[in-house]
Amino acid sequence: MNIINFTPISALTGGVIIGFSVIVFFLLNGRLIGVSGIANKFVIEKNNRFDNFLFLIGLIIGPILYKFFTKQEINIVISDSFILLAFAGLLVGIGTKISGGCTSGHGISGVGRFSLRSIVATITFMTVGVLTVFLKSFLWVD
Amino acid sequence: MGRLASLISGIIFGVGLVISEMINPEKVLAFLDLFGNWDPSLAFVMIGALIVSSPLFHIIKNRRKPLFAEKFDYSNNKNINKKLIFGSALFGIGWGLGGLCPGPAISSIALLNFQSIIFVVSMFVGFYLVKSFNPSN
Repeated sequence: MNIINFTPISALTGGVIIGFSVIVFFLLNGRLIGVSGIANKFVIEKNNRFDNFLFLIGLIIGPILYKFFTKQEINIVISDSFILLAFAGLLVGIGTKISGGCTSGHGISGVGRFSLRSIVATITFMTVGVLTVFLKSFLWVD
Repeated sequence: MGRLASLISGIIFGVGLVISEMINPEKVLAFLDLFGNWDPSLAFVMIGALIVSSPLFHIIKNRRKPLFAEKFDYSNNKNINKKLIFGSALFGIGWGLGGLCPGPAISSIALLNFQSIIFVVSMFVGFYLVKSFNPSN
């Protein structure tokens, strides 16, 4: 293991902002944020549909406002294999729907309220994520 | 007011994803590359989020009701079963393949790259597939 590109300050700052967003939503609307839950409820359920829609739109507006006010580009590096991304997206959709949460719903909201179910889910997807990246480095050169 | 709260929470969350760089799949994959060149940063994103949200959650939940809604409404599901493990494992595979989870994937649509859109559309197809095979889910 080599440790590279470690950015603890920006990670912690961004994390605190995400935690603050969870609390704003909880104190005002009484719900705990889980993005996979909000996204799938938006397409599947009529309940709270407009609220869910506005939250998802907010997720997209956030980076736009950040760029506008800081004048900084947001650079990301993402696979250019459409097949891989389509397959990954499908697995993320199916998996989070079956297990009832993702990195935010289980990993932050669930772990934060000390739910054993969410702690088990988080350990599972983290471990499998690490194993997937490990196996990927054997199977193909990215 | 509740509507405005939803929009603002989404915006704050999206800004947090940008500042923490969780929006960048390369950064996420480096976090998961524990046995290679490991970047531990994203553990700090979770720590940062939890030190704010966890104590405040436990204080706020004792209020009679939230400010703009009639009651608190969050999951109290305690089931630890095969579905939870199987679903979380599938999610872990997808996360490790693409470096995107639902929040960052949706936020990165702001960058207008075709890859994020493919990922998000497939993710919604995944939600529908589970729903159509198992309507109670």
